[in-house]
Parts: sequence; C-alpha cells; structure tokens
Amino acid sequence: MSYYFVIVGTQDNPLFEYEFGTSKAGGDGQARFPEQAQHMNQFIVHSSLDIVEEVQWGTGQMYLKCIDRFFNNYVSCFLTGGNVKFMLLHQPPSSSMSSTANPRSSTSTIATNPTSPQTEEAVRAFMLEVYESWVKAIMSPFYRVNMEVRSPVFRQRVAAAGRKYL
Amino acid sequence: MSNLQAPRGGAKEQSGLRYPTSGKTIYHRPLNRAKTAELSGASFAYLFSEMVNYASKKIESIQDLEKRLNVQGHPIGLKLLDLLLYREPARSQTRPLNIITLLHFIKINVWQHLFGQAADGLEKSSDPSKPDEYMIIDNEPLVNRYISVPRDMSQLNCAAYVAGIIEGVCDGSAFPARVTAHSVGKQEEGEMWPGRTVFLVKFAPEVMERESFLGKG
Repeated sequence: MSYYFVIVGTQDNPLFEYEFGTSKAGGDGQARFPEQAQHMNQFIVHSSLDIVEEVQWGTGQMYLKCIDRFFNNYVSCFLTGGNVKFMLLHQPPSSSMSSTANPRSSTSTIATNPTSPQTEEAVRAFMLEVYESWVKAIMSPFYRVNMEVRSPVFRQRVAAAGRKYL
Repeated sequence: MSNLQAPRGGAKEQSGLRYPTSGKTIYHRPLNRAKTAELSGASFAYLFSEMVNYASKKIESIQDLEKRLNVQGHPIGLKLLDLLLYREPARSQTRPLNIITLLHFIKINVWQHLFGQAADGLEKSSDPSKPDEYMIIDNEPLVNRYISVPRDMSQLNCAAYVAGIIEGVCDGSAFPARVTAHSVGKQEEGEMWPGRTVFLVKFAPEVMERESFLGKG
C-alpha cells in the first residue's frame, strides 16, 4: 500500500505534503506509486476537495472517513475546526503485483482492503496523531493561517504516525 | 557549537534552523494543561495596557484604534478554535455546523478558557430586519478591569480585542462575521454593571444563506 498525505489550507492551497508506504506486514515504508501515475496524486486529491465541501456540512465529525475513489485510489479526509483538510490518498498494490508478491495476504489487513473498518480505524488514529502535531504547529505565535509548514520535526512526527498506524 | 546541532539526523540539511539546547521543540510539549494553570491578572493587565498603547499610536479615529485591537485578537481566535476542539473529549469533538452551536461554543468554551467563566448572556437581535445579528454579553470584561477611558474617547471600548478573538473563531470555523464591542453600562450611581459590554456579531450574508439551506435539509 502506498500513501500520499497532504494538508490543504482554507483556500485549497497545499501546506504540507508527504509520501510514504505501509510499514505493516513487512512493508518497508517506501511509497510505490507507478512512475507514470505519481504526478496524478495531486490532481486526484484536489478533485476530492469538492466532495469534502459537500460532506462537511452534513456532519460535525472531524474524521470524514473515505470520501472519494478514483480507480484504485482511495481518499480519506479529516477536517479540523479551522477548516484545514488533511487528505490521505491510499493506493493498494495493484492486483497482479499483490498476488505474486504476497499470495497469502488476507483481505482484512490494512494493506489490501482500503474500505474495511480496520483501515478506517487505522486512518482515524493516524489523523488524530497528526492533528495533535498540527495544533501544536499552529499554536506558534509566528504561524499565520495558510502558511506552509516546513518544520522537520513536524515531518518526523507525521512519518512516525504513519509508521505506527499504517 | 554542539548545542546548535539538530537532535536527529534527518534535519541536519536544513540550515539556519536552530533547536533549543534541551532539544525540545513545541512538538514535545503537551497540549493539555492543568485545570489550575492560570496566569497572573496583574501581568496580563500590564501587557494589555502596553498593547493598547501600541495600538493607539498614530491613529486617526477611535474606530481605527478599535480596528487595530481587533486585528491583534483575530489570530488568537483562529488558534483557540483548534486548541479547544482538540481538548474536547472525543465524542463531543465536533465542528460547529450552525450559528447556535458556534455561539454556544464561544459563550461556554472560549469564555471559560479565557476568563474562567462563561459569558453572561447570548441573545439574538430583536430587530426582525437584522436576523444576522447576535449578541454575546459580558457584564464585566476582564480586559477592561483596569482601564479607564478618557472622556474625549468615550466611544472606545478596549474589549474590541476580545471582539477580535470572537471574530477569529467565527472566521476560522467558516462563519465569516464582523464583531464589534459596545459599552452599554450606564455610568450612573447604583448601576450594577457599569462596564457591561455587548459583543455584536454580524454574520456575512453567505452564512445566513447556508444556514437557511441547512435548516431545511
């Protein structure tokens, strides 16, 4: 499973980007997006923003679960109080690859089934951990709304959350 | 020079970034605070008087001064919104979806956090031509406790700073609004709350439009 995580500001501007792979079931934490489709990630996530804006007034929950799907790409969203969107695009390994690489993987593991309750829970835990770091980041008196987050410590925190849950 | 080294390997190529000697950044500090952690009122009054002083330099009108105080408060509101939502217990950790929940959040949570008590009142404008106006009432704003307004600036209310915080919370949660502070206490003898302040919250037209749309659906 490969992940593309992006934090989107209130004016649909990207504030933070991070790509990683699964660390569960022997994964090495490297993203494995197909070379020719990698640049599509931003487009796919951007197109999901419309759906976020539709869903966000229907529920007060911050975690909106898996809101969009584009072929083999699933997009989950977490919306903070300040209307900043955490978007996580997850892409299970394509079926031909997974059948050769890992024939015995069951459908309930996070790595293979992006819409299972286990995955939703794992993504929720990941999002909550990132949210904690995010609140700390914006508490800085020098942070103004919609500023890019460049802190390497923030990046480490996101990476650690990714390793821990996904 | 050893204290300027990054504590972890990955950050070394980021030149110009310095870590505190302890290696602890804001990311290492907890967001929850003890219930008793309060700040000294005296030091706040001192800082606030300096802020008002700073804002009152080279102003053209009282509105100008209030505008500046408002601008100083705005980012605090934006930050408080996420911080207080984060501190909510998981089941009530919800974004405000309509005006009433938002104002309730401000009246209870924000006020409790800032001033140690809930606001004294929350009212909707009784004027039917202004359905977009709401009022949050504080009988004795903490920020005005040690402030005496000169006679020639009698329209000034330094709680414009608090109005800015409210405006920040509203703007942050996608309810754009204009918030202004007005003194309504009478200066007569025997008046119980001479410093009574009304925060007038006027929501933008698009908020009212969405509100009516969501109310139907």
